[in-house]
Amino acid sequence: MSHDDAHGGHGDHDHLPFLAHHFDDPEQQFDSGKLGMWLFLVTEVLFFSGMFCAYALYRSLHPEVWTFASQFLNATLGAFNTGVLLFSSLSMAWGVRCAQLRQRTGLVISLAITLGCASMFLGVKAIEYTHKWELGLLPAGAYESQFLPGAHHAGLSSWLYVLSAVPALCVIGFGIWYGLAMVKKDKQTSEIAGPLLVTALCYFLGVFIGVAFESAEAGEHGGDHSVAAHATDDHSGDAHEDDGHTTDGGDDHDAATDEGHSDSGDHSSDEPDGEHSEDQASHGAPPGKLVSTEGDGPVVPGAPREAEIDQAGGAGLFFSIYYCMTGVHAIHILGGMVVLTWLLVRATKDHFNEEYFGPVDYVGLYWHLVDLIWIYLFPLLYLIT
Amino acid sequence: MSEHASTTTADNHSHGDGEHHGFSHPMPVWQLLAVFFALIFLTILTVYQATFDLGNFELVLSLFIATIKASLVILFFMHMIHDKPLNAIFFLSSFIFVALFLGFTLMDAHAYKDDIELKEIDSPRKVAVDVAEPVQ
Repeated sequence: MSHDDAHGGHGDHDHLPFLAHHFDDPEQQFDSGKLGMWLFLVTEVLFFSGMFCAYALYRSLHPEVWTFASQFLNATLGAFNTGVLLFSSLSMAWGVRCAQLRQRTGLVISLAITLGCASMFLGVKAIEYTHKWELGLLPAGAYESQFLPGAHHAGLSSWLYVLSAVPALCVIGFGIWYGLAMVKKDKQTSEIAGPLLVTALCYFLGVFIGVAFESAEAGEHGGDHSVAAHATDDHSGDAHEDDGHTTDGGDDHDAATDEGHSDSGDHSSDEPDGEHSEDQASHGAPPGKLVSTEGDGPVVPGAPREAEIDQAGGAGLFFSIYYCMTGVHAIHILGGMVVLTWLLVRATKDHFNEEYFGPVDYVGLYWHLVDLIWIYLFPLLYLIT
Repeated sequence: MSEHASTTTADNHSHGDGEHHGFSHPMPVWQLLAVFFALIFLTILTVYQATFDLGNFELVLSLFIATIKASLVILFFMHMIHDKPLNAIFFLSSFIFVALFLGFTLMDAHAYKDDIELKEIDSPRKVAVDVAEPVQ
């Protein structure tokens, strides 16, 4: 970075402390950095295109698996997260404007909002992930069939507590730091610690919003606890049969499992078991732990067909791709939060002005690209009907 | 070194005074807000559109909406509208390569049969096995 050089050439350089000696003027420095940043974004686009390629390839070969598996994604939470990311993009773009106009306070506030939104996004994502882990909606190999009886997931996942440990520590740490800064009346430190404390708290805000959405949707569907039961809403003709199944579904199902697999816990193999899946299908989708709390999109007609797709093991590969794409995206969010924190520290030191706003602009470009990828991920993963 | 630095800054200063905000283009607040609300509107539209069963057209439509959103973000939030054409060429060229990558892979993916069909042939090895078995 430019500070080292700037310190080397002090004296006349005082009014342009961040102009590196090998650049003629701030504009040339800015343009060079910007070109570099665009090139980096090109590599990012190509990097993500590998995963989009896996997505396109697999979806084009097995569209029915995507229709089936996508119903387990909560479109409401996805849409909410899209809004959060768009808002963070707005505040980031506003931050660039503030840096260009030398509005120090505005820049600090914009960066704080951007960080808070990023953290809230991760909080909602934590709810989505842990809920799926609890239901056995795992990548290929670990995926558990949704048509087998199993422990009903209720309440918060224990994984959520594991994931929330780091944000909880951050709340405590930044809280103490902020308190100390306030006691010492250190304005600059409190301007760093305050936004960081808010950021850590925003994670828990995201978690609460996620829980609220999940439970609201669970409440909407009332007693319906299976796709088979849920399907009766759309297909009233099958209602009586399915009602019958809900009551003696367990016995029905035990018969099926005795022939095929030992029990639901062992069903982690993604190898298609043709015999078993046909058997399962003929039983007419025993209602297991398939919960309709996720996604209120229309359930694909014909539960037996769904059971077949489920048993064939393809859904695991959908979740592999889902976790890979959203996970790598989340890592990019985390990386963005690190550089945003760096910007926040520099903003409190009043480093940026109309001649030197490059770092804010570059981080902004990166942040918008992360938003851009989510803009494509959201309809492609959550909104398949 | 320091001499060189001082001359360049002096040069910059003498010619930079005329165009003080020369290379920064602060976005007007109304533009930022307009883009944001357009993006939110399009998000609601794409969620609403997903409630209809449109078949294959659904994917095309949702990608079309996503591309409009992406264009808004690139043009305004990423300032490409005020950026140098070279940067735009670099960035947009990446999508050409993505299109090639996806296009050729998808073309190739559908060029195969689902299953391998084993062909029955009377190979010398098979005959040898048939002969060997009775001996054992």
